[in-house]
Amino acid sequence: MGNLAIFGFGDGGWGLALLQGALMTLLVSACGLLIGAAIGCLVAWARLSGKLMAGGVGQAYAALFRGLPELLIVYFVYFGSSALLTGAANALGYDGFVGVPSFAAGALAVGVISGAYQAEVFRAAYLAISRGELEAAVSVGMNRALLFRRIIAPQVLRFALPGLGNLWQVALKDSSLISVTGLTELMRISQVGAGSTHRPFAFYLGGAALYLVMTIATTRFFDVAEARATRGMRRATS
Amino acid sequence: MDFDFISKTFVRLLAALPLTLSVWFLSVVLGALIAAGVTWMRVSGVKPFEWFARAYVMVFRGTPLLIQLFVVYYGLASLPAVRASFAWGFLRSAFNCAVLALALCTAAYQAEIFRGALLAVPHGQVEAARACGMSRLLMFRRIIFPIAVRHGLPAYSTEMISMVKSTALVSLITLWDVMSVALKIRNDTLVTYLPLILAGAIYFVVNYIIGAGFLVLERRLSPHLRPRPS
Repeated sequence: MGNLAIFGFGDGGWGLALLQGALMTLLVSACGLLIGAAIGCLVAWARLSGKLMAGGVGQAYAALFRGLPELLIVYFVYFGSSALLTGAANALGYDGFVGVPSFAAGALAVGVISGAYQAEVFRAAYLAISRGELEAAVSVGMNRALLFRRIIAPQVLRFALPGLGNLWQVALKDSSLISVTGLTELMRISQVGAGSTHRPFAFYLGGAALYLVMTIATTRFFDVAEARATRGMRRATS
Repeated sequence: MDFDFISKTFVRLLAALPLTLSVWFLSVVLGALIAAGVTWMRVSGVKPFEWFARAYVMVFRGTPLLIQLFVVYYGLASLPAVRASFAWGFLRSAFNCAVLALALCTAAYQAEIFRGALLAVPHGQVEAARACGMSRLLMFRRIIFPIAVRHGLPAYSTEMISMVKSTALVSLITLWDVMSVALKIRNDTLVTYLPLILAGAIYFVVNYIIGAGFLVLERRLSPHLRPRPS
């Protein structure tokens, strides 16, 4: 079979499998980014709370998960969550090993890593809101929930968008590490294809090309979103 | 807590640290050399060079390091043309492949750091140097390089730490670094957390030391920015 035919969609072609893998990569990275957003909000909130204890915990979380290798975190979350679940199941009277689905463990691992970085992005975005707007909102009598919904959330999202775009790229690339848990995302499919056709060069290069297409296309999407979100704002330059 | 097991595991992990550190050091230095070339092409003003540099940065920053590593180690090794060529002497070793792949990847990130640092040099300084009649080389050595280094240092230290973390990937191409020794101990002893926690502690301390080292360097290079002692 020619080098291009193995990427085809016909008999013995790996085109469909690779595309499915790419879709799985997008899904698991997107879930990871959302989990990371939840963690990032919590950590940013803890650090901004001004309370010594909460601030310390937030800072420790960010320092820890930005200082450990991503691969180690993936293994730790995968093995660790399975061990926890098995322990819980055994306590409930179920014997034997219970594995966490690799999709859930992978998304969680990407989320835990991304959360540490997103916390910084959200914190900086919150600090970028001008104090006058917060004071004005309080002085017209908004309660805290309304203040958050109308004033803080929209602006934090706007200021955080460029940083989130970068972290989305990072999440997309980190998701390749989940292949070690056996989740059939793009990296794993490339490995399987390389193994069963004995053409590692073609498969890894093809996989890399798909990753590149995904990063370029989604970066474009974030650029458009950023342009939309800031359309009402004046620019300092241009 | 079994302290005997902890200390034994720790010693075995530490024994693998030299490999992790040498992959890190060699790839970072080689990467800096490649990055210098890419940066030079990017700011050269010659269109084809500029396009090449842009494409290089886009490809290596847009794809996961893991797949780059596999292209080099499993991919290149499978090509008969490579096996027959002189490059095979270099690429047959997993260690060399690891250093090469990591260097190619970090070069893309470092090139962007270098470029940003160059762009941050105030134009007035360059004009003043030209007005004094400095040659290009002298201007680079005395004016551009010192200012650019100070601008690039914070981002560079982040990249150095990120590279320490990236070296964990070489465990997937059969090298016995800290990560793979931790996994081996885990598989052999079925102790779930401890080997990984100890390995994590080692990485964390290494990163902390590198980060602190760069902070000291930054402080030493910017005495003019510190408030005067009162």
